[in-house]
Amino acid sequence: MNTPVPGSQYKVIGTRPIRHDGMDKVTGKAKYGADVKFSKMLYGRVLRSPHAHARIVSIDTSEAESHPGVFAVITTSDMPDLVDKMADLGEGVVNMAHLGDNVLAREKVLYKGQAVAAVAASDVHVAAEAIAKIKVEYEPLPAVTWVLDAMREDAPLLHDNVFTDDMGKKSDKPSNVDKEIHFLKGDAEEGFAAADVVVEREFKTATVHQGYIEPHVATADWNEDGNLTVWTSTQGSFACRAQVAEILQIPISKVKVVPCEIGGGFGGKITVYLQPVAALLSKKSGRPVQLTMQRDEVFEGTGPTPGSFMRVKLGATKEGKLTAGEAWIAFDAGAFPGGPIGPACMCVFSCYDFEHAKVDGYNVVLNKPKTQAYRAPGSTHAALACETVLDELAEKLEIDPLELRLKNAATEGTRRVDGPVYPRIGCVEVLQAAQASDHWNSPLEGPNRGRGVALGFWFNCGLKSSASAHVNPDGTVTLTEGSTDIGGSRASIAMQLAETLGITAEEVHPQVVDTDSVGYTDVTGGSRVTFATGLAAYKVGLDIEGQMTSRAAELWDCSPENVRVESGVYSHNGDSLTFAELAEKLHATGEAVVGRATVAPDGATNGFGAHLVDVEVDPDTGKTTILRYTVIQDAGKAIHPSYVEGQMQGGAVQGIGWALNEEYFFDDQGQMKNASFLDYRIPTFLDVPMIDTIIVEVPNPDHPYGVRGVGETPIVPPPAAIAIAIHNAVGVRMTELPMSPPKLWKAISDQS
Amino acid sequence: MGGLTTLSGFEYVAPTDLTAAATALRDAGGRACVLAGGTDILVQLREGMRSADLVIDVKKIPELLQLEYAPDSGLCLGAATPCYQIYTTADVVNAYPALVDATRIIGGWQIQSRASVGGNLCNSSPAADSIPPLLVHQAVCHLAGPEGRRSIPVSDFCTAPGKNSLQPGELLATLTLPPQPANAGSAYQRFIPRNEMDIAVASAASWIELDDSRNAIKSARIALGAVAPTPVLAEEASQFLVGKAPTEENFSEAGVLARQVASPIDDMRGTVEFRVHLAGVLTQRTLALAHQRVQDS
Amino acid sequence: MTKKTHVTTTINGEETEFLCEPRQSLLEVLREVLDLTGSKEGCNNGNCGACTVLLDGLPVDSCLVLAVETEGAEITTIEGIAQQGHLHPLQQCFLEGAALQCGICTPGFIVGAKALLDRNPDPTEEEIRFNLAGNLCRCTGYDKIVRSIQEAADRLQSAT
Repeated sequence: MNTPVPGSQYKVIGTRPIRHDGMDKVTGKAKYGADVKFSKMLYGRVLRSPHAHARIVSIDTSEAESHPGVFAVITTSDMPDLVDKMADLGEGVVNMAHLGDNVLAREKVLYKGQAVAAVAASDVHVAAEAIAKIKVEYEPLPAVTWVLDAMREDAPLLHDNVFTDDMGKKSDKPSNVDKEIHFLKGDAEEGFAAADVVVEREFKTATVHQGYIEPHVATADWNEDGNLTVWTSTQGSFACRAQVAEILQIPISKVKVVPCEIGGGFGGKITVYLQPVAALLSKKSGRPVQLTMQRDEVFEGTGPTPGSFMRVKLGATKEGKLTAGEAWIAFDAGAFPGGPIGPACMCVFSCYDFEHAKVDGYNVVLNKPKTQAYRAPGSTHAALACETVLDELAEKLEIDPLELRLKNAATEGTRRVDGPVYPRIGCVEVLQAAQASDHWNSPLEGPNRGRGVALGFWFNCGLKSSASAHVNPDGTVTLTEGSTDIGGSRASIAMQLAETLGITAEEVHPQVVDTDSVGYTDVTGGSRVTFATGLAAYKVGLDIEGQMTSRAAELWDCSPENVRVESGVYSHNGDSLTFAELAEKLHATGEAVVGRATVAPDGATNGFGAHLVDVEVDPDTGKTTILRYTVIQDAGKAIHPSYVEGQMQGGAVQGIGWALNEEYFFDDQGQMKNASFLDYRIPTFLDVPMIDTIIVEVPNPDHPYGVRGVGETPIVPPPAAIAIAIHNAVGVRMTELPMSPPKLWKAISDQS
Repeated sequence: MGGLTTLSGFEYVAPTDLTAAATALRDAGGRACVLAGGTDILVQLREGMRSADLVIDVKKIPELLQLEYAPDSGLCLGAATPCYQIYTTADVVNAYPALVDATRIIGGWQIQSRASVGGNLCNSSPAADSIPPLLVHQAVCHLAGPEGRRSIPVSDFCTAPGKNSLQPGELLATLTLPPQPANAGSAYQRFIPRNEMDIAVASAASWIELDDSRNAIKSARIALGAVAPTPVLAEEASQFLVGKAPTEENFSEAGVLARQVASPIDDMRGTVEFRVHLAGVLTQRTLALAHQRVQDS
Repeated sequence: MTKKTHVTTTINGEETEFLCEPRQSLLEVLREVLDLTGSKEGCNNGNCGACTVLLDGLPVDSCLVLAVETEGAEITTIEGIAQQGHLHPLQQCFLEGAALQCGICTPGFIVGAKALLDRNPDPTEEEIRFNLAGNLCRCTGYDKIVRSIQEAADRLQSAT
């Protein structure tokens, strides 16, 4: 058991207990998606498009079907017709035809790696042999993979049923631009006219992938009675259930999704890929079927985050007051509409108080995998552009970059360009903590070294969560929740229940259960789980405490209002019982105590973070070494500080990878050339230093313990901070991600 | 290719003598492949870059697992001896530092427990880390076939990307590296965008021998990787150094000369311009490190 | 389908026999034939280290070993690291130090780190990073993994 933090108002919150699921995860016992096994289970493989854009002329599966050991072969003809059906799956309205096409292509393939057919067989090798025997005739079409090319009038058109949605108004002819966004606050022209200094830059970022280590996997068993069970690694079992039911056109109550332990997601394991396919193979074969992706399928067939082109212009007075901001942002959506252009436009100026600002955003379909959420989707791109330009402004104005940020920082009452007015936020406190940090105050010496600072923002959301709990006779409490645990959330949720009840974290047993066993719970995403499911746990705690109080009152023959509860001790007139003592008496004295809660908190929890980085650049090779790194972030209240730090460190390192080396290489046919962990270069153990963390706590007024989401903000500042540090090291302004050695070397060579 | 990724069905044999291995290889008529550490071959088989009906595991042949070193006779290295064993053998570390540099960075530790220098050579990638060190250390390849044995210098081994002078039915048995004279040192470096787990964008190995005063270079050899269809010796740059003082200026000049043998390709790992530039940088750096090692010895 | 081969090995101290096709990797046999699912498949081509096991005491990527090659070999998997109901100090320190988030890379890291500490009882940060660079983690940023391995090294040393 952990000792409470001295001076803290809390006994459990702020301590560092061992996570409840930890034992199984360090001994190899934890059951991840690929670890479930059933008698007679078949193994499947998926046939994928070799073309970036082509019409499917015909598919002949006959040879595959007769291959020994094959039990089922499916194509899109085994799927219900989903033409232009719209469905709200909790994450906005989705065109089911697009979702279905991304699961198994119907008439056209729109990217290399798009699924076309699938096989279930006695083992994976047999399935792969059978896959090779499926004959697909394609009529190749011209492909487009760069966002500005895809926006041109003469670009190959991907969909004849996609029309530009311009703030609710639809275009009259089909377009690759599926969405336009325009935000305006004040009058940008007027703002720039009042500026003493104006800086404008253009930026490009490459397509990057979430890069979770566990490939996608799903196992399905479609029973004779029409009930379908899916075991899978997913960020949201209810979101998975809704998508599977819609794609297969079966009642949602016929589908049960059992969430397995999940080996990373970062936004990429919300959309379904394999789950409906495994279900159809199971239906056809009459056996459970497991489908697992190979690593190249993960890169080529699942959602990366958009590549982008951005232009940002900022103006300021010589005193350092920002007068205006203007941003033009184009994101590639991948093969189907949708993507994080909205958040990018909302985040680009979110850290600062602008009187005048204008933001224009464009979402563009092209022949790459359909993009999906990736940790603070859109905000990292936007921060690269805004923060780099802001740094250049500071340089021109000869104002300390942290000072310039403090002068303009958003505070309570600041209205963002997209409309919302901030409640109490910690932007200023984060900047002040950065200013006071040992890192900022330590000199950095030596040639080709530079320091950078950048600020980042992510909304963090609330959405819906449900939880229940029952009191055991030994004084422990079993907590049932629906948020799949991607990085220690069982602990952070259980700790909030423990704090509420005055028991220890170890006395709560959190269980993540299937969609038949808990109330509706939204995805593990949007940095919402510790906030919203934690809020549900808090309310469960209040419910249980109320019932326990009544039971104590019954024992003492008094009114519940006269029972005093403090730190898990129930007392009245000299009598007192601990939570455990009272729990022991429950069975003999009446019904069981079961608490429940379901919540849907509104609005954002507003997470701000500042990153400090020292780099050294080798001018002869263009290679950047990260010497020192500090993450400063407002967590509202850190429930389990170790896992808050872990989010800050992990997000920073993902951001470092994005900044320096990660990118999809496409050839001129739209084929990805580096679909492996060898050539898609995520940071290795040897590529990063220790990552220092400073947790700032400006309590969120909308949560009983002050929690803000923390998971996503840490990926936002790194590329900007590193670009700025590189500039300070070797004098070049890098405006293209990744800032890989060949590009940086070229920029340095061109400069000298 | 995703769903197609699998190993096709093959037979497996693990002969205990070289002749049996060579005979099996010949009899399979091009449908067999030799398995040493397997860290390249299994990936190639799985991804369909290669196919085989028979896999011949040579790790049960004692000769192919040897690691014998004596100061007066040099190093005899079995073709399947894993990298890990090489860099944990102190005598080898002292005598052939360039080779040891390479064996420590071929993949991670898990790869090095299995991968062999012989396998790296037979895979014959232009970017293979161990080949430039073998070139500057003048390794000799001892080949065994059904008809007997022959030996060739390592500089004659690789012929094109993925191609080498092994004849049908022939396999690499051992590599020998001549003993090292006094006042000699070597080094290998590659450039990769990360710090580990990567394929060389360009690489260089340098070997120098100083005279007894250690003020002049008696002999030098420089080899480059990933800048030509095969790893190459930079003869002119090597010759330039003979008789010169071991100074930064001369190493830098040798780097400029070494770039002349670089004829790289543009690909996602690097441009022609970048690779040629790196060849010079790495030549200079490995010469300086090799020199430092002589000084420290 | 190719004929299956009979293989006898020692896995986590127990003599183990299995039948496999030559094309089956050690990882596949551990997971699918022997139900030892603690070793994870992350890339199936030796780039991520999630499938790390000890083969005759040395860490290897079990996806790059054919199961037929392991005749007579001694294999240790994550399931064999805890002894007689007691966690290995590495496992305990990973738990206490929050060195895992999603946990999919954890078995590979613990097996690899054990191999390191078996040979180098007091590794520096640089040695830890270098020797375990074949194990990828996408969640933690590696910081807490370094600290947990160092803490385990300290505990192992003070225990001896």
